[in-house]
Amino acid sequence: MCGTCGCGQPLLKPLQRKSAQGAVQYRAIVPVEAAPVEARRIVVERDLLAENDALAADNRAFFAARDMLALNLVSSPGSGKTTLLVRTIEALKEKAAMAVIEGDQQTDNDAARIRATGVQAIQINTGKGCHLDAGMVGHALQQLDAQEKSLLFIENVGNLVCPAAFDLGEAAKVVVLSVTEGEDKPLKYPDMFRAARLMLLNKCDLLPYLSFDVEQAETYARRVNPDIEIIRLSATSGEGMEEWLNWLVDAQQAVIADAPDNPLNPIFPSPMQGEGSVVI
Amino acid sequence: MHELSLAENVMRIIEDEAIAQQFRRVRSVTLEVGKLAAVEPEAMRFAFAAVTRDTLAHGARLELIEIPGQGCCADCAATVAMDEILALCPQCGSGRVRVTGGDRMRVLELEAE
Repeated sequence: MCGTCGCGQPLLKPLQRKSAQGAVQYRAIVPVEAAPVEARRIVVERDLLAENDALAADNRAFFAARDMLALNLVSSPGSGKTTLLVRTIEALKEKAAMAVIEGDQQTDNDAARIRATGVQAIQINTGKGCHLDAGMVGHALQQLDAQEKSLLFIENVGNLVCPAAFDLGEAAKVVVLSVTEGEDKPLKYPDMFRAARLMLLNKCDLLPYLSFDVEQAETYARRVNPDIEIIRLSATSGEGMEEWLNWLVDAQQAVIADAPDNPLNPIFPSPMQGEGSVVI
Repeated sequence: MHELSLAENVMRIIEDEAIAQQFRRVRSVTLEVGKLAAVEPEAMRFAFAAVTRDTLAHGARLELIEIPGQGCCADCAATVAMDEILALCPQCGSGRVRVTGGDRMRVLELEAE
């Protein structure tokens, strides 16, 4: 019906007739939106993450072309990711080329801590964003002086929920859980622990002062993800660091060797992530 | 709150389609959301309303269609329905059930004028 006076006449017809007679002033006072336009049904069928996944594939190709091992480090805020990275870089500096992409909502404090070790660090500030996406990492890669056969650590925004959904093109997600958190975090945030290939149980030097149940935390993590690898360590005291460093060296060797059955080969996504899944 | 990013992706898809299909207003948007897609419907509605404000989809109705989760047991190879990410295989009890469906989201259709 007519949107102006409710007279029951379709608006479009008189408008067309009037304008054909040149009565433009009448046309001008009737809002265009008031015309009852037929709604059309438009079939779209487009995946919400398709664009991110395409950009992640570009990043993955970038890493593969340079035999780089890219790891996506995820955790809650304050789990000790940056300290762990600083200690890791100090230990491996003589053996491997490394670089870091730092994701935080604000500040470049973490990148400054990494740069103090002499390693290149690129800071991404996500502003209000709660996670890194493949496009942001792709932009950072353009600034990166990427070395062949290097290790690239992507430190995601501290958040155990959102980063799980965004593939960055990494070979694997590494989730850091500190023992000052609850041991039931894997059950509370199953998507993240399921998406991760390795869990680092950090700050283990503090265990004597806490009631954190390590066995229970590991049981929970394996309930969520039976294939998850677990290393107990402390970036501060150094315990367990050797196992982590060996894991990194092995993973990097595997990428260089390009073994087709190697789960860390960048062309194969994590088995528990469902990337090869039927797209709904 | 990654629903905000997802809602922005919905908006981007709408804008693309508006150019390709020549429409100026969106009345409704139908989204398929996998049960295992880690999306909170209420957060999605909130984010959608915020992102579409003052755009061609301002005030558009958001229809959410839930797609059931599906998995494949890595131990006994059974195809199983998954209500949650922590599901055990109903055939053999294994916890190694891989998600094979219902973990994605897509814009199914639009009603536009």
